[in-house]
Amino acid sequence: MDIRTKRFIGAFLFITLIGCVPLFVKNGYHLGILTMVAINTILVIGLNLLMGYAGQVSLGHAAFYGIGAYSTAVFTSSQFGWHPFVAALAGIVISIIVAAIIGIPCLRLRGHYLALATLGFGWIMYIVMKNWEPLGGTSGIEKIPFLVVGNIVINDDQSRFYFTWAVAMIILWITWNIVHSRVGRALRALHTSESAASSLGVYITGYKLQVFLLSAVFASIAGSLYAHCINFVSPNTFNFVTSVQIVVMTVIGGMASVWGAPVGAGAITILVEVLREVGDKVKIMKDSDVIMHGLILVLAMIFMPSGVYCTIFDGIVRLFRRKKTGGAA
Amino acid sequence: MSALLQVEGVSKIFDGLVAVNNATFDVQEGTITALIGPNGAGKSTMLNMISGALPVSIGKITFNKRKITNKPPHKIAGYGVSRTFQNVELFSNMSALENVMIGRHLRGRCGMLAAATRLWHLRREELKIEADAHEFLNRVGLGDMADEPAGDLPFGKQRLLEIARAIAVEPKLLLLDEAASGLSTREKKDLVKLIYSLRSDGITIFMVDHDMDLVMDISEHVIVLDHGEKIAEGTPQQVQKNDKVIAAYLGEEVEDA
Repeated sequence: MDIRTKRFIGAFLFITLIGCVPLFVKNGYHLGILTMVAINTILVIGLNLLMGYAGQVSLGHAAFYGIGAYSTAVFTSSQFGWHPFVAALAGIVISIIVAAIIGIPCLRLRGHYLALATLGFGWIMYIVMKNWEPLGGTSGIEKIPFLVVGNIVINDDQSRFYFTWAVAMIILWITWNIVHSRVGRALRALHTSESAASSLGVYITGYKLQVFLLSAVFASIAGSLYAHCINFVSPNTFNFVTSVQIVVMTVIGGMASVWGAPVGAGAITILVEVLREVGDKVKIMKDSDVIMHGLILVLAMIFMPSGVYCTIFDGIVRLFRRKKTGGAA
Repeated sequence: MSALLQVEGVSKIFDGLVAVNNATFDVQEGTITALIGPNGAGKSTMLNMISGALPVSIGKITFNKRKITNKPPHKIAGYGVSRTFQNVELFSNMSALENVMIGRHLRGRCGMLAAATRLWHLRREELKIEADAHEFLNRVGLGDMADEPAGDLPFGKQRLLEIARAIAVEPKLLLLDEAASGLSTREKKDLVKLIYSLRSDGITIFMVDHDMDLVMDISEHVIVLDHGEKIAEGTPQQVQKNDKVIAAYLGEEVEDA
């Protein structure tokens, strides 16, 4: 099988799988969680490129997520009354400008300056969201209008699920294209050896900055989707814990692999919900779910350092090989 | 003949340590020029300053009548200077072919947005880059190893792959950093043949090397550094007779013994 056929089959299976989910999951609450998986996938995929290829970490990605969500909340409100797509675009533009201001000075330097700068920026954004009057303060903004695509109003659990997953798939497709292009090749090269890549004409700082801007754009899109799905935004959704959660999903899914993003986002989003339910029932002590969450992460990192996706995928490949050689013997 | 590369009064100072001191020399177009010297003479430092990997402390470097002092490496590569590395720096997890395709990076135009939307003309560009990369692999005799992961190749082949990757940039000046070190006698002979054929293609070669026999054999012009200072310059015969050079190399042998 050549690579194109494999890619086509992979994409087909994935789309079919996602498409069939609402046929089996009727519970609105569960479908809502699976919609959040799509939003988290979009958040993770940008960071996956940034961490996996550019070797940089953003510890303030929740801030870009927040910029998208609040742009949608503010600009679609009756005061502005913009079309949801225009509002989302405004969020993207703001995210690009802010990311450029942070990225340009930090990415010129070697080392983890970007991680520190984004960490600081995350805090600043959180405080702004909490205290700036037009953004509603701690109580946030509610009654965000539903998304309207053409004549279809996206106002029930199923249509929300399909729409967010459609956007997530487009973004996965875009990322896949970038990774398998001249740009992706240059990114992989600079990840292995910056000195060799630059000696061949690859502009290191430029590519790192582009990847950072792209990850900010994806986060902003995720934010806009979130605002339309939940119809309510408040500062606590976009705090430091969320930023860390995005990093965790990226690492657990597996860096530098496009399919690692939905796997990591799915695993952690569902795990958090399951643990919350289990924690409520077991009641050993307060916050026992948070402890279990931490424990699972530690174990995952010890036993699957290259991420869940790669570990399982390699495991299946090895299993098939063993069967084949066993049959021949 | 004219000077393709001019190094004028270049010094490199690391935290008060003078690695290269006021070096001045030219590399003539179309020649094989060598920079030699005992360990720690500042040869690799000099090469790194030319390629832009290290900033120049004092002085001026001109390539093809253009000042390249302290320009970033990717710009210098764009002007037509490419290089190999002393401790082979291949993209070890990529195939041999992909390594050379990175060498063709500057010949492509596809950017982030175009790649994202997968525009049709890009497919043609990718095919062209791939075809060109195959040619450069054939050029160094690695045509049948295109799909091998670069990290799995034997050391001698890795050195050749680095040269293939560097000439894929289509440089006017090729900088070779200890290209012969770690090679067997037979591999060295092949390397010499390759260097000659690259020169006849119009690539000027500037090599840094330890291997005196190889250098004296193939270079037309030799520059000798010792403790960061240029102590001699001339044809291999002239340099070999130079008292300062003999003293510098003898001194090293005595220290080694």
